[in-house]
Amino acid sequence: MSPLMVLFALAKIVVILLVLLTVVAYAVWFERKLLAHMQCRWGPTRVGPHGLLQPLADAIKLLTKEDLTPSEVFPLVYLLAPFLSLVTALLAFAVIPFGPETRVGGMDLFQIADLDIGVLFILSVSSMGVYGIALAGWSSNSKYSLLGGLRSSAQMISYELAIGLSIIGVLLLTGSLSLRAIVENQAGAYWGFLPRWNIIPQFAGFVCFLVAAIAETNRLPFDLPEAETELVAGYHTEYSSMKFGMFFMAEYANMVTASCLATLLFFGGWHGPVFGPAILQALLPLLWFSLKVLFFLFLYVWIRATLPRFRYDQLMAFGWKFLVPLALGNLVVTSLVLAIRWS
Amino acid sequence: MPAEYIPIVIFLVLATLFPVVTLLAAKLVRPSSPYAAKLRPYECGIEPESDSRGRYTVRFYIIAILFVIFDVETIFLFPWAVQFKTLGVFGLIEMLIFLGILVVAYIWVYAKGALEWV
Amino acid sequence: MYQLLFFVFAGAAVGFAINLLLQRHPIHSALSLIGVMASLASLYLMLGAEFIAAAQIIVYAGAIMVLFVFVIMLLNAGEEERTQRSRFAKYLGLPLILLLVTSMAAVIYRQVPQDAMVRFGDFPGRTADIGRRLFLNYLLPFEVVSIVILVAIIGTVVLARKDSETEGPGKAVVSEK
Repeated sequence: MSPLMVLFALAKIVVILLVLLTVVAYAVWFERKLLAHMQCRWGPTRVGPHGLLQPLADAIKLLTKEDLTPSEVFPLVYLLAPFLSLVTALLAFAVIPFGPETRVGGMDLFQIADLDIGVLFILSVSSMGVYGIALAGWSSNSKYSLLGGLRSSAQMISYELAIGLSIIGVLLLTGSLSLRAIVENQAGAYWGFLPRWNIIPQFAGFVCFLVAAIAETNRLPFDLPEAETELVAGYHTEYSSMKFGMFFMAEYANMVTASCLATLLFFGGWHGPVFGPAILQALLPLLWFSLKVLFFLFLYVWIRATLPRFRYDQLMAFGWKFLVPLALGNLVVTSLVLAIRWS
Repeated sequence: MPAEYIPIVIFLVLATLFPVVTLLAAKLVRPSSPYAAKLRPYECGIEPESDSRGRYTVRFYIIAILFVIFDVETIFLFPWAVQFKTLGVFGLIEMLIFLGILVVAYIWVYAKGALEWV
Repeated sequence: MYQLLFFVFAGAAVGFAINLLLQRHPIHSALSLIGVMASLASLYLMLGAEFIAAAQIIVYAGAIMVLFVFVIMLLNAGEEERTQRSRFAKYLGLPLILLLVTSMAAVIYRQVPQDAMVRFGDFPGRTADIGRRLFLNYLLPFEVVSIVILVAIIGTVVLARKDSETEGPGKAVVSEK
């Protein structure tokens, strides 16, 4: 790799990181606003028109708050936990393609790295994210934190299994772990009008993936780790100021990643009607991708506004007794159907 | 290391730098006046009864063991799924035997009540 | 370049491993072990064995180490207590370790043919290669793995059963200290 290309990659990464952080900040605004309207409230209105500057105000507030390190914590582990959470949450974006292969100077514009093991990369990064939460809960020396951390990490590892199993069906159809190859495999249409998105042959896999992704990101109705009514704030009870902000950003970054992954694996990624002049043809895929991701973010909020929280034993039973068998069944049926069709 | 990992390393460095810089910047502007009562772990306003690090239920541990076991199983599925077309019916039968043994184990675990939470 | 990176990651692995032994608190040792796993994964990656690297992270660093961390969290494992070191270990420990390491190195050096060096980056470790080899050449070991997993599951159930007999349903999550 030449120095020029490294420089180019660096610029691209800075842009993608900035866009990602903006999206994460506005995901919070989007959620508050949408949730408010679903509950017949206005949501943030004071800071800027429609509260649009609210994320900025939140950032300033978090930066200027006092940062407390409670007594009897393990200082190194206490500091390491939010780092692990945020860095792993951001790192998952390194393999997500936002649009079709657009090479400028031998380098792809819409993806940081197209890995041969793209899907596994995201799974391995998210499996490291568990430590952020487990260590935060343990090192804080608070009973709420410890229970929240334990619950959360047990929940995350259980649903990680369901995610892994539900993706296998898509891999059987595609024969590659590269996210770009998975999306490219979904081009075209069945019988000329129905898009060849994986959600049609893999509906059970999609349902399983979506539910597991919501649980994996600790969102309602699976937000047991921070169930306010019982655990105050769960694993980050003892975190304040920017360290709390890091957990907060990590949670929303994980939501965005899960939405992107659902779009790429099951909703055809950037595929959609492309027409018009060349510049429009280049930009439309990006628009389709963003709209699909936005749809999943909307779904997150919608589900949050609709469903009450699970009980912890229900949550575990749901994961182990329903989702895992469902994903396994889906995988066996898919492989049998494919074997019959291909032989 | 294959060349496509270089951008990932750059990304990792930048993603790590971002929180470091933010924390250092926050250190410049935020107040700091800690005292003993403020630093006490939160317990709804009363004095904490005991150290929080006690002994907790073993259920979490069993979930973790089951996760390790099934995770190993899942990781074998990935290379098989990628090579499904080349391996054909032979590979399918192999995997069905593998999964069959594990499904029997799963049903047994279910029947024995190891998946019950309480 | 590759030699340099190799020594960086190999050094990190050894450093984390030594730190693991020196740390007194189990959580710090566990974190060091995660560091060892991550360095090993980077070494695999440098050889071009991407799948092995991902599997190393997912299974070892992500799953097995979670188990370790859970034990530390659940049991409140405290600082390690050091006994008065025996004189035997003090004087013979280091020479014996050196002997072991040199003899292992000698055996490995003699076993590896000189011309068959593994080059960085061209190890057949892509997921597709692994799939082909695993399911065509190493069929029996693969099926044996399922039996091994079965045995592990039986062990888990035995643990779980003992638990439900002593605790019974309806018991609170936090047990009395």
